[in-house]
Amino acid sequence: MSALEKTSSSATTERVKASLTKRYAAEKRFKFYGIFAISASIAFLFILLASIVSKGLPAFTQTYVKLDVSLTADALGIPENATRDELRKANFSGVIKSSMRERFPDVKKRKEKKELYGLISTGAQYDLFDLLIENPAVIGTDVSMWFMADDELSAVIKSKADLTNPDSLVTRLSDNQIAWAKDMQDAGEFDVRFNSTFFENGDSREPELAGIRAALMGSAFTLLITFALSFPIAVAAAIYLEEFAPQNRWTDIVEVNINNLAAVPSIVFGLLGLAVFINFFHLPRSAPVVGGIVLSLMTLPTIIISSRAALKAVPPSIREAARGLGASPLQVVTHHVLPLAMPGILTGTIIGLAQALGETAPLLMIGMVAFIVDIPASVTDAATVLPVQVFLWADSPERAFMEKTSAAIMVLLVFLILMNAIAVLLRKRFERRW
Amino acid sequence: MSTTTLFLLTIGLGLASFVYGRSRAYAIAKGNGGVKTLHSLPSHYGMMVALWCALPALAVIIGWKLLEPSLISNMLDTAIPQTVLDGGEKAVELYKNDIGNIVDSDKLSAVTDAEKKIAAERLTNLRSTSSLALFVLALVVAIIGAVIALKKIHPQTRARHKVERIVNFFLVSCASLAILTTVGIVFSVLFESARFFQQVGFLDFIFGTKWSPQTAIRADQVGASGSFGAVPLFLGTLLISFIAMLVAVPFGLMSAIYLAEYASRRVRNIAKPLLEILAGIPTVVYGFFAALTVAPALRRLGESIGLSVSSESALAAGAVMGIMIIPFVSSLSDDVITAVPQAMRDGSFGLGATKSETVRKVVIPAALPGIVGGVLLAVSRAIGETMIVVMAAGLAANMTANPLEAVTTVTVQIVTLLTGDQEFDSAKTLAAFALGLMLFVVTLCLNVIALHVVRKYREQYE
Repeated sequence: MSALEKTSSSATTERVKASLTKRYAAEKRFKFYGIFAISASIAFLFILLASIVSKGLPAFTQTYVKLDVSLTADALGIPENATRDELRKANFSGVIKSSMRERFPDVKKRKEKKELYGLISTGAQYDLFDLLIENPAVIGTDVSMWFMADDELSAVIKSKADLTNPDSLVTRLSDNQIAWAKDMQDAGEFDVRFNSTFFENGDSREPELAGIRAALMGSAFTLLITFALSFPIAVAAAIYLEEFAPQNRWTDIVEVNINNLAAVPSIVFGLLGLAVFINFFHLPRSAPVVGGIVLSLMTLPTIIISSRAALKAVPPSIREAARGLGASPLQVVTHHVLPLAMPGILTGTIIGLAQALGETAPLLMIGMVAFIVDIPASVTDAATVLPVQVFLWADSPERAFMEKTSAAIMVLLVFLILMNAIAVLLRKRFERRW
Repeated sequence: MSTTTLFLLTIGLGLASFVYGRSRAYAIAKGNGGVKTLHSLPSHYGMMVALWCALPALAVIIGWKLLEPSLISNMLDTAIPQTVLDGGEKAVELYKNDIGNIVDSDKLSAVTDAEKKIAAERLTNLRSTSSLALFVLALVVAIIGAVIALKKIHPQTRARHKVERIVNFFLVSCASLAILTTVGIVFSVLFESARFFQQVGFLDFIFGTKWSPQTAIRADQVGASGSFGAVPLFLGTLLISFIAMLVAVPFGLMSAIYLAEYASRRVRNIAKPLLEILAGIPTVVYGFFAALTVAPALRRLGESIGLSVSSESALAAGAVMGIMIIPFVSSLSDDVITAVPQAMRDGSFGLGATKSETVRKVVIPAALPGIVGGVLLAVSRAIGETMIVVMAAGLAANMTANPLEAVTTVTVQIVTLLTGDQEFDSAKTLAAFALGLMLFVVTLCLNVIALHVVRKYREQYE
């Protein structure tokens, strides 16, 4: 080795050494970018969830107001031994209003009276009706009952705000109303309870009466149709493509098609549903059956792809052994391959259904955006689904609907988490590694 | 008799004939010296009978149900008063809808109009006759099918082959449904778009710069002439997708690099499912978050530094959409990065490169085609994403590149044009299909290119 080469090599070493600090700094920076990216993404997730939960939690409670009402037949405007129909026409709101007037005898002006009545939900009269139907004996007696408060009042009471200082409240309640509320609060006439109405009612224009029952049933019916259609079809398609399909042009086209369909925007499926099922086949608008068909077309590629993966994971030795014992190709599949692949297929199906449960856009196209008060009883009734209900409520101007929206999202997320948990459990419990 | 009941009845008949056919096969085998003398298993014979019984009957039911509405509607014509018939097709259609509603809601007794009453009674009659006829026909077909198949049970009958041929046909048609769906999508948007382009020129649509789809109800109305220049929508879509990509690509890519190259097994096992939760949240939730949390926050932030931010700014929608796409980009990139052979990294380390240098100079260039494919797929998702923009972006068709202003997108317009009750033939509704066609074509091209690139890339290292 000559002296010249030695010096040049040590010069390189020097240069490398000199650059090392810089390079290590760059290394550290790069690693930091990675950590930052991933923690920021996870932070986004938590911010999103925290914002939804903090907005939605109040919706699960509802303020009730205690009122003494005198249910004389006279005040109700009903005859003795009234029938159900006669009861229906009774003057419940008049009774409630007069009991409010008795509670605050100083209120005289028309405008003030109107403000006073506004503290109680318009749903109170239905509660009274239900009471009378259940127990007709109370007619003619004085009863003390808890009625639902109006949404604005309810929000103020739930937030445990200081009613003595009206200026600090962010509310549409008038100063008069706040003063009355303060009076009632001091007398212990408010009670905050679990909001069961939210799970029992359909949609309503009044926030305190609006519930998710109709949307939940709509979602259930839609998912039922989606499952009934997409599961058998997807499994059949996957079996064909994985086990029987010859390697030819047609199979290629089918495969490319399925992969492409998986990436087609969901709204395009909505256009398909509108043009084909509603305008061509004249299926009913807004019905879960159409929603289910459209969603199953949408989820088919997802389920087919995961079912194929599950079928592929079954080792060929199983098939060969069955063939060797004289099973026909179809028997090989139905008796051996399919049962072994079933956990994987079910996992894929549940994930596909979870996707369908959260889908909104295609359902808007086929008219499932209706204002649904009645709880749908079959797959052809007009219905809406949970995500669409979220969309509808998110548009409402009332502040109380914002917490309803968040609460509905929480319910939706709970269902999604449940479904995904089941899928994970299935995979963990039954998946076999060969 | 409702269709569901009939359907279930047919299935029930099929099951019964399966059991009966199987026992017939056993009985025949017993007389001939045991099951082994049969060509197929007894259950195959049972299946054969069941399929012969149920399939034709189900076909009859489905065909009947498809044809029934138009047939009944035609037969109803005789009960419609002449004055309505003279009013043209639309009036007749309305009248028939009216009658249908009366019958559906069971309000026949409340109808005062004598003519309507007659028509409604006729409709009720027609419907009950039709369902009775269908019931009888389906039953007869099912029984005939079962009897024919039962007669065919001989030891020589190749029942397994017959059954398997039918099952195979079922499998093929299920697989081909994907093609049918694509064809359905193409035709439904293509036909309606063709009708739209008869009313509005194709070039006006593609290159027009003014979008205001309110067509006039009366011809002489002022300021209500619809104009369908879609350029503002395309630009709005591009702007929002671009913002989304600005968020999603760096975050997604860096997350993927960290997870694939740096993270310990434990971190990976926690972080990856958390990222996937982000992908599983419904888009309507992101839309709500964008519209009610992010947009007001951005607005306040803008005000505090003296910028005017629209409450429906492109920035809010785009940023939230970007967050939604992060897991998409990261999981696709993660796949391609882990597919780069370890030998390439080892070579780089052997030459003295640090980890980050290896990633930047070796791994990423090697994985680039796959990453590009993944990003293209993400772009196609951003373009087709609907709920976030419907809830958080505006309706005003502004042509602007300023992310703080409101823009509108193709998907937002499709939703606005098609929700609510419009006439199906108006240019306004048809425009939605033309936009849908654009959306489908663009996303399809992106997908095809992306899938091709990804596939080519995978082959390279397999």
